[in-house]
Amino acid sequence: MASSLTTDIVHGPPPPPTRNFGGGDGEPGGRGAHRRASMTGLLVLLAASVMLFAAFTSAFFVRRGMSNDWVDTPLPNILWINTAVLLASSLAIELARRALRSGKRTAFDRYWTGATILGVIFLGGQYLAWRQLNAAGFYLATNPSSSFFFLLTCTHAVHLLGGISALGYIEVQALLLRLGPGKRTAIDVSGYFWHFLDAIWIYLMALFFFWG
Amino acid sequence: MSSPVVHPAHHAPTGFIRRYIFSLDHKVIGIQYYFLAVFSVFLGMALSVLMRFHMVYPDAKVSLFEKLWPTGAPGGIMTPELYLSLMTMHGTIMVFFVLTTAPQSGFGNYFLPIQIGAEDMAFPVLNMLSFWTTFLALIVMVAAFFVPGGAPLAGWTAYPPLSAVGPLSGPGEGLGQTLWIISIAIFCGASLMGAINFIATTIDLRARGLSMMRMPLTCWSWFVTAILGLLGFAVLLAAGVLLLLDRLAGTSFFLPAGLLVSDQILNHKGGSPLLWQHLFWFFGHPEVYIAILPGMGVASQLLATFSRKPIFGYRAMVYAILSIGFLGFFVWGHHMFMSGMNPYSAFAFSILTMSIGVPSAIKTFNWIGTLWGGRIQFTTAMLFALGFVSLFVTGGISGIFLGQPALDLYFHDTYFVVGHFHMIMGVAAIFGMFAGTFYWFPKVTGKFMNETLGKIHFYLTFIGVYCIFTPMHFLGIAGNPRRYADFTNFDFMGKLMPVHTFMTHSAIFTMVVQFIFLFNLFWSIKKGKPAPINPWNATTLEWTIPSPPPFDNFAGKHPVVNHGPYEYSVPGAAKDYIMQSDPA
Repeated sequence: MASSLTTDIVHGPPPPPTRNFGGGDGEPGGRGAHRRASMTGLLVLLAASVMLFAAFTSAFFVRRGMSNDWVDTPLPNILWINTAVLLASSLAIELARRALRSGKRTAFDRYWTGATILGVIFLGGQYLAWRQLNAAGFYLATNPSSSFFFLLTCTHAVHLLGGISALGYIEVQALLLRLGPGKRTAIDVSGYFWHFLDAIWIYLMALFFFWG
Repeated sequence: MSSPVVHPAHHAPTGFIRRYIFSLDHKVIGIQYYFLAVFSVFLGMALSVLMRFHMVYPDAKVSLFEKLWPTGAPGGIMTPELYLSLMTMHGTIMVFFVLTTAPQSGFGNYFLPIQIGAEDMAFPVLNMLSFWTTFLALIVMVAAFFVPGGAPLAGWTAYPPLSAVGPLSGPGEGLGQTLWIISIAIFCGASLMGAINFIATTIDLRARGLSMMRMPLTCWSWFVTAILGLLGFAVLLAAGVLLLLDRLAGTSFFLPAGLLVSDQILNHKGGSPLLWQHLFWFFGHPEVYIAILPGMGVASQLLATFSRKPIFGYRAMVYAILSIGFLGFFVWGHHMFMSGMNPYSAFAFSILTMSIGVPSAIKTFNWIGTLWGGRIQFTTAMLFALGFVSLFVTGGISGIFLGQPALDLYFHDTYFVVGHFHMIMGVAAIFGMFAGTFYWFPKVTGKFMNETLGKIHFYLTFIGVYCIFTPMHFLGIAGNPRRYADFTNFDFMGKLMPVHTFMTHSAIFTMVVQFIFLFNLFWSIKKGKPAPINPWNATTLEWTIPSPPPFDNFAGKHPVVNHGPYEYSVPGAAKDYIMQSDPA
């Protein structure tokens, strides 16, 4: 091996077809690979988030099952409005992505901005829900049920802040007219992440509603 | 493929800060991780020697101790609390900042992209953030030494109630323990970022022709380790948040009612300390494999290269790595046999634990099969790989004892466990790092490390670690409890003290020997013998590019892989090895 970048590195007949997933069969380094990697990265991130919520959930049930000091936390009605707002924002994201696919850039901007604003309204609504619970005498340390309520809603809110930052980034790019094809991956990734936060929220509502 | 696809080469950043400090280059980040681990391992080693010193000479007055810890060592005599804080910090620094950092984030960052023919990791910015977050976690952890009350006492496992009730339970349990939890939470975030990069890179950035089943076993082990880290650290983060809330916000996740600490009844009620143990060990057991799997990958790579033989049973090795990783998530209960667990649960955890012996034995037999009939070259790197196999077997066999509830009840709180996990998780993984260092040093620097110094270092270290940790098993069988600061007040311990003295002297000897390695490392960077591009006649892609590799690894070209990773001594081939990128 006298020289490093001899042509035998790059030449050679096409490799035999292999059962495979992901790379190893395409051109690495191109946009396609980057998009695939971004999607994989997103899935991995979602897996980590699922594990985080799964760990909290298992603690939730263990803690609930082992003591008699569990007092169900009454769900403030505003949470139902918040749920509707979050679902509406996910819908807006989907409409925006469809609009972009049909090349309607103005419609995209409108829907995407709507989704971002709805996301911020959801966070504001969550804050109101926390204040209402505080007014009713429920704090983080009041009893295990309220501890888990605040813990899980705050964890979700922190995730949502990340989601809003992603939506905001796209928003700024759209307003600066920098939304080239290269940004499609970013749009899809933040869109999927946003839907995931939706799903987590519905899961949390079910958890609170049925098991308090 | 009529002509090579040449993309415009990346240009290396020119400023010092972008190039060496906040670098996006996976190679620089890998080296940063490596030296973070080197710093941490010497710190952790110093702590362990202080512990061993105290155990044997508990009444020694050392003025240095008083200078370092005015309250922890008044008059130069270590308090038991100081001993416990040294133990906690030794374990934490070694497990998180050495065993999790160097084999995976250090070597993996440097060589995963090169071995799969990529220019860089999938997300370079995330990669940089991951390193600097780890660095921040280390700063916060070390800061625990310097806050009022000092470092925490609750061990690297931080069991509540001790870790959850605050300064009432000991001097280090105030701010020190809080910093510990915060540092671990930061570390979890860093590990998640790293895992995202490793998994996306492995799946999506492999070169043309490099199918999963053509990946070197090092890449497989980094890939599976990343999955373990991803799933494990998320759960540890959750547990850490709960513990922090118990400490700071008055919740009762882990703290039961009526807890009496230092004559005060605490307000908490209804929590369960066992809940922490379940969450912690759900992370903690996979963590053991996070530490050891990359070492297994390196050992496989080196045994094949230096035996000039294909790895015995490549597919079996891959499936063994996957099944070790998978089973690792179902055995956490074997750390909790002592917790009053239902014997039927203990039985199930025990059976699952034993079943990990199967893939582990497959790996061991395949390593031996690889060596069998090979033309073995005893380079320093190979010696450390063989040392790894030796330590893995020695440490693994004692695991079969501990995996049985009936025996574990006796052994659990004795030195048997200390001997077991140091052999398999600590020293074996460190040998994997030494092996990797000697093997890849020529690629990273373009120079060889000194083989004579390397061999002296290997033999002395190998003898030293066996002298430290083998006697621990006998002490454990004799009933020597662990986590005690001082054994001199127990009659039954009298006859065992000479063994402790021997272990302490061995530990000091082994520590001194490590400076040979440190000297060799830095001396060779400056004055090592120049190395050719492929000094070991190895087959994987990193040996096709110059040493040190250029900024974008393959200078804008995309390698094509036509061969498996271990084609040594192929009958009829011109040389005794075929590189992965050689024409088919």
